Amino acid sequence: MPAILLSVFQLLFLSILAPALSWFIKKMKAASQNRVGPSLVQVYSDLLKLFRKNMVISETASWIFHAMPFVLFMSTFVAASMLPILGIRSLFGFTGDVILFVYLLALGRFFLTLAALDTGTTFGGMGSSREMTLSSLAEPALLLAFFSLGFRAHTLSLEGIVSYFASGSPTQMLFFTSLTFGALLIVTIAESGRIPVDNPATHLELTMVHEAMILEYSGQYLALIEWSHQIKQLVFLTLLSDLFFPWGISSSWGFLAFGLSLVLYLAKVFFLAFVIGWIEIHSAKLRLFRVPDLLAVAFVLAILSLLGQLIIGRGA
Amino acid sequence: MALFFYAQILLHILGGIAGFLFEQHGEKANRLTHGLAVLASAAGILFSLGILLIGKPWALEWQGSFPVGALRFVANPFSAFFLLIISFLSLAASIFAIGYTREFQGKKNIALLGFFYNFFILAMLFVVTVQNAFYFLFFWELMSLTSYFLVIFEHERPETRSAGTLYLIMTHVGTAFITAAFLLLFIHAGSFSFDAFREAASTLSPVLKNVIFLAALIGFGTKAGVIPLHIWLPRAHPQAPSHVSALMSGVMIKTAVYGLLVFLFNFLGETPGWWGHVMLAVAILSTLLGILYALMENDLKRLLAFSSIENMGIILLGVGMALVFRTLHQPLYAGFALIAALYHVINHAIFKGLLFLGAGSVLSGTHTRNIEGLGGLIRRMPWTASFFLVGAMAIAALPPLNGFISEWLTFIALLLGCESVSPAMRFFSPLLAALLGLAGALAATCFVKAFGISFLGKPRSERAAHAHEAGGFMKVGMGILAASCFGLALTAPWILPMLGEAAKTLSATDISMTGLTQKVFLMSPSGSSQFSPLLIAMILSVFLLGTVILLRLTFGKQHVRIGPSWDCGMPGLEPRMQYTATGYSKPLRRIFSFLYQPTRRVELEDEGHAMLRTAQRFESKITHHVDEWVYQPLSELVVDLSRKAKQIQTGHIQLYLSYIFITLILLLLFFGGRS
Repeated sequence: MPAILLSVFQLLFLSILAPALSWFIKKMKAASQNRVGPSLVQVYSDLLKLFRKNMVISETASWIFHAMPFVLFMSTFVAASMLPILGIRSLFGFTGDVILFVYLLALGRFFLTLAALDTGTTFGGMGSSREMTLSSLAEPALLLAFFSLGFRAHTLSLEGIVSYFASGSPTQMLFFTSLTFGALLIVTIAESGRIPVDNPATHLELTMVHEAMILEYSGQYLALIEWSHQIKQLVFLTLLSDLFFPWGISSSWGFLAFGLSLVLYLAKVFFLAFVIGWIEIHSAKLRLFRVPDLLAVAFVLAILSLLGQLIIGRGA
Repeated sequence: MALFFYAQILLHILGGIAGFLFEQHGEKANRLTHGLAVLASAAGILFSLGILLIGKPWALEWQGSFPVGALRFVANPFSAFFLLIISFLSLAASIFAIGYTREFQGKKNIALLGFFYNFFILAMLFVVTVQNAFYFLFFWELMSLTSYFLVIFEHERPETRSAGTLYLIMTHVGTAFITAAFLLLFIHAGSFSFDAFREAASTLSPVLKNVIFLAALIGFGTKAGVIPLHIWLPRAHPQAPSHVSALMSGVMIKTAVYGLLVFLFNFLGETPGWWGHVMLAVAILSTLLGILYALMENDLKRLLAFSSIENMGIILLGVGMALVFRTLHQPLYAGFALIAALYHVINHAIFKGLLFLGAGSVLSGTHTRNIEGLGGLIRRMPWTASFFLVGAMAIAALPPLNGFISEWLTFIALLLGCESVSPAMRFFSPLLAALLGLAGALAATCFVKAFGISFLGKPRSERAAHAHEAGGFMKVGMGILAASCFGLALTAPWILPMLGEAAKTLSATDISMTGLTQKVFLMSPSGSSQFSPLLIAMILSVFLLGTVILLRLTFGKQHVRIGPSWDCGMPGLEPRMQYTATGYSKPLRRIFSFLYQPTRRVELEDEGHAMLRTAQRFESKITHHVDEWVYQPLSELVVDLSRKAKQIQTGHIQLYLSYIFITLILLLLFFGGRS
């Protein structure tokens, strides 16, 4: 019973924490530009305000438009529920593997991009087309990174991979495995729509990807979409921390171990958010047609990792 | 049990002929011919399900006094699996046809359509059960010819006729190779019967074996539409009436998989290592190029046809891995890879059938297949839209639909290569899996485009604005398939053992596949992974409902205001301002421009000044390299040779007689000298 309670708790904890990470990056950016930036309360009250607001919906919209926020939220949430967060066991990790994880995110994206086409505006079509293009290239890199890690861990289950890397000594973190870190980091940036792939702070038509798709949304639906997006971002950060800095993750269901794991988890994800933010501050948004090159780098890094492991051996 | 099979055959023959009784009454002929086809398919489903569930093969032999051996039909779990797919899809397609062919009434001879349609299905049923090479070729040819006549059913259009001719040529090139493969086997085994081939398999010499493999690969590959032999498929499939396109893409090309599997696993004995590698190379090429070309298509049915090429590639990835593991003597893994391929065979039949029927419904509702002229159909055709969406989600391999299940199985089958002893496979198999992931993501893009541009937004043409919803029969036909997309996903752990039986029958190895499923879970044979479609579907629906209810409870009912879409403050948002299908795929066209080599031409007409434009013409094309590099030179060569041959064809009968005479003398000299 405490196992279920704690795994539900860690899932809720992740969802609640997600907006804070977005706030942290915003704050970093503000500091780098000599601005004060929003307070932590602001992001939550923004969400709450949106949840309470009434909606304006386009007359062209069909049921796809209404279904999308829920499907997006559901698929992101279920993907998050497969992920070890504070403890090494997750709520629904046993139902599937990394392939399912990737395709659950694809399910949400499928509806997101359809809903963008639903209102019949150019912005929606543009965002939808770009999102699908970029994610088509990011998805194989993500999969190959997973396969490369799974190759070492002899399993494809997220829990299995994480517990493999958590139980091994830090020297387990071989050079070649860590190449996948680069691959996953690039995919994280692409999937969470951050600079240099997409600019979350802009409503400029030439650069929009994610924002263009959700331009017609308001109120509760927008809140759900924004929240899902933040959860997805934290899911990817958690993934990075799980796979590459797994130390301290709780392997038992004791409250003490969980508490320690919680503190470490916060430190890890905020550190990773700092990395993302640092990259965001120090780089300009890439031209749309340069982004495939970046994603190709991710793919190549994953291949190198696999190749390296084949050459030097797979480990026990 | 066998009674159902006889009933199926008889009903199809009756259905084929009965239509002619009412040649003048289109509707009566339609109901009779397609109604009987529905009954026949229902009987076929019962028969094949019976064989699959009981597991006891059924055989029928007609000795006769034929010089080529007895006419023998066998329905074992393997062929019953194909029987089931054919019968199931033709059930849905025939129901759909009752509504769909109304359009042809008064214009076309429906009895004739029904005749070819019924015999086409019949030929496919015989192809997957007959056990003699001679009759196999006979039914294979019957299948090709009936489908040719179905393709050119609307022969008033010139492009239909030329597509039909191309199909006829290509299918016969394929048949020629298959015939060659069979003849080589005949020379070796001394008989046309499949049993004799099986017995003689172990004594085949390596050279002969390789030659037969290549001939079979080319022959069946042509029918399967693998790249570079695919050229006919995207041209011919869209031209047929939509319910026939569904059958052609859904099951006809699967008979090639059947033939290929029988050759590879039954007739050719031990598998040399390079076969699996060749198969994987062909498969990944078809998978990637198929979907990349599909992405660039704006003709709904052509897009679906190209995506069939991709899916054949996915099926062959499974087959290729099965071959690799067979060579490496890992029968359990080989069986698993085969199951993945077979599962994709049935899944592709279902969702591609559904999508073609959906496209047919769009075609009859709007009279256009061009996506650029559609849009907003979800309002005028809500049922078709929902069914098409289910098909699109299934083909984009999204959980919890059936496409994801077989894609997952194929992923696992590929990744099992990491566990193999071959170092090359250990590296290439995860890479192939990642490329399969790329194909999956591109397929999602392709079908977001196909569904989003044609069904969402605002109508881009008058035709789309006045579209009408499909009738009851068409809805039922699509509904059956859409429901199966869910059914085949949720019941996967119970279907897998059945496919295991089929795979076991084929490879004639007695391996235990009980470890591949555990209650509601599908298991990887190496124990590296597990997955439960049923659980994930339940979790997804609980979360979906949970989110909806929780939001309502927390924040109450929201007031919704309906307004126009955001027009940047400049009123007058027009449908033509929406993203087009061409525009949607533009980023990928640019990224993969090394492959597409797109060319475009812009023509402007003005009245003496650039500001006074009167007309603007835009043309954009991509290059199909296989057509350009292989088929154009080939067709030029054939035309050239024919022209040369014309020189000895003067038209004088005396000359021809002398040719015959000379040939006779040469033959006599040649063979007389030998004895």
